[in-house]
Amino acid sequence: MRWRPLGFPIALRLERRLEEEGWLKAAVPLGSLALALVLASLIFAAQGLNPLAVYGITFSRIFGTSTGLAFLLLKAIPLLLCAVGLALAFRAQVWNIGAEGQLLLGSVAAAGLALFVMPNAPPYVIIPAMFVAGFLAGAGWALLPAVLKAKLNVNEVITTLMMNYIAYKLVEYLIYGPWRGKATWGFPFTDLIPESAVLPVIPGTDVHYPTLILALASAVAMFVLMEKTGLGYEVKVYGGNPDLARAAGIRPGKLIIICMLLSGGLAGLAGVGELAGVHKRLKYPWAISAGYGFTAIIVAWLARLNPITNVLTALFMGALLAAGSMMRASFNIPYASVNIFNGLILTCLVAGEVLLRYRIRLVAAGAGAEQGGGSA
Amino acid sequence: MSLDVVGHILHMAVRGGTPLLLGAVGEIYAERSGVMNLGLEGIMLVGAITGFAVALATKQPWLGLLAACLAGLALSLIHAFTTVSLYANQVVSGLALAMLGLGLSSLMGRSYVGQPLPYRLLPQAIPGLADLPVIGPALFYQDPVVYLALGLAVASWFVLYRTRWGIMVRAVGDDPAAADAMGVNVYAVRYACVAFGGAMSGLAGAYLSVVYTPAWFEGMTAGRGWIALALVIVAFWDPLKAILGAYLFGATEALQYALQTSLGIAAPLLGMIPYAATILAMLVAMSEALRKRIGAPAALGKPYIREERVL
Repeated sequence: MRWRPLGFPIALRLERRLEEEGWLKAAVPLGSLALALVLASLIFAAQGLNPLAVYGITFSRIFGTSTGLAFLLLKAIPLLLCAVGLALAFRAQVWNIGAEGQLLLGSVAAAGLALFVMPNAPPYVIIPAMFVAGFLAGAGWALLPAVLKAKLNVNEVITTLMMNYIAYKLVEYLIYGPWRGKATWGFPFTDLIPESAVLPVIPGTDVHYPTLILALASAVAMFVLMEKTGLGYEVKVYGGNPDLARAAGIRPGKLIIICMLLSGGLAGLAGVGELAGVHKRLKYPWAISAGYGFTAIIVAWLARLNPITNVLTALFMGALLAAGSMMRASFNIPYASVNIFNGLILTCLVAGEVLLRYRIRLVAAGAGAEQGGGSA
Repeated sequence: MSLDVVGHILHMAVRGGTPLLLGAVGEIYAERSGVMNLGLEGIMLVGAITGFAVALATKQPWLGLLAACLAGLALSLIHAFTTVSLYANQVVSGLALAMLGLGLSSLMGRSYVGQPLPYRLLPQAIPGLADLPVIGPALFYQDPVVYLALGLAVASWFVLYRTRWGIMVRAVGDDPAAADAMGVNVYAVRYACVAFGGAMSGLAGAYLSVVYTPAWFEGMTAGRGWIALALVIVAFWDPLKAILGAYLFGATEALQYALQTSLGIAAPLLGMIPYAATILAMLVAMSEALRKRIGAPAALGKPYIREERVL
């Protein structure tokens, strides 16, 4: 029995490619982006918004002004840190979706250290200490899902997501409860962290460069780890074919835990940057994590899980998040609507991969059906 | 605690469990056919805003629920197309759908935030049973969607285990090549199951915005889509076990409110309970699965690739 949707007289036939074609590796992500922007504009039009006006104005505000560009860079920093870790985890088919929560824990650790543990420490002590603590806190937040996945094969997508929600609640608890500041005019914020703990910025901008440098360094380090070390090789073998990897003596449990902790730790670093470089106090969790952990999934995927290419895609998605903020201000579109782009880009990307792996041919339906039936 | 309080918590548990049950029963079909749809949270959100908007415009709550089913179905077809027809990675495609749903619902709902919904589905007493102490009000004095969800869960179990259709679905999820050889259209079965799952998730979302809350606010599902996914695993892909599981998860939500009023623990800490309970339940379920050697449908997550096929 053949099933042809809509009874088209023409059918598609998929033929497996032996090798991925070089030009397609660039064309598929770019084509996906273009298609996603077109689809998103249809959605905006259906909602009574002029997509050309939305795109045009946000584009000129971001790329036409130096403050716009700095804003983009500011958004790209946490995206890059989170995405570099996710690139490793996703290569191993370890689906850490908990970067939001891991980032928040990095912020919590930095705030706790700067406000309560060592409020009088000089910058050269407190700043490195915050990054170390943030990395450990982020990694620690990923530990439970990592161990549950490694030992009991508990679905890490769900556990890391649940840890996100618990992290939101933890931050809420702290800012409404024990950490609530004295000089906050009734807002549920902590006090500002001491001046010595605030990250230095590139003059004339808000770009906190220590985190930027860390992000770029982590991309390079991750590239080396993935391409030049035994661990990176094991990750790729395991991600490509877990059964084969087991037969070759690779211990999946160890790999899962390492990938989870590294990606959690890098997200934690992003959280330190957001706290000590941007907000300078702990406040509403959604204002701090701001969807970076989720958008980083697209940054990683758009770069086809290559840490170096992540730098480019982080800048691109940083522009998109900046656009999201501007759309809220200029067109009264809720910030969460930026997820329309996120979802469409990721859908187009993942659908477009079929083009990399298969050659698609149009055939007359009758002929295609016969061949299809013959090779079952 | 007095009997009244116990009855009240039970009542809340059943109400709170209903959207989880709806979402989980639909997802059980999708996963039984071999397709994991991680987009439930996004589909629920789109269902919630669609249901709310249509109920408000037509003054008919039932029309809102129906429209939400259709919206959920339409959205899930994107996932079916990418994963079934284009062999896309199910995890990534599902996550994309979750994001798309979050974004779409926030855009669609921007003028509905804070609007009241005067058209309600009121609780209906089941004659005779509603007067029973404690369980009467908990189980037999509920809104019609609670009964509908129960009925759908039981019917879904019956179809899955007692009919030829059910055998087809399970065969496709366990060994698609063998099912194909026996003349089952693997692609059609998977499309149908994912679509059914989408419709059920849409309904679950609309239950929240039209009946349970009733109101629309951004991100109002608050992770229930993900909890429903956990429930599928905890229930071992069985709709009857999902009923019990859903009400247990619902109870953690109800407990949160009961403890807040009685013990005075900070609300955010109590708010962690449903999420922590979900992780705990998955831990227990997976240890149990390991011990009893029960597993997910064998072909879950794997695209079925028939060489040189017709799309």
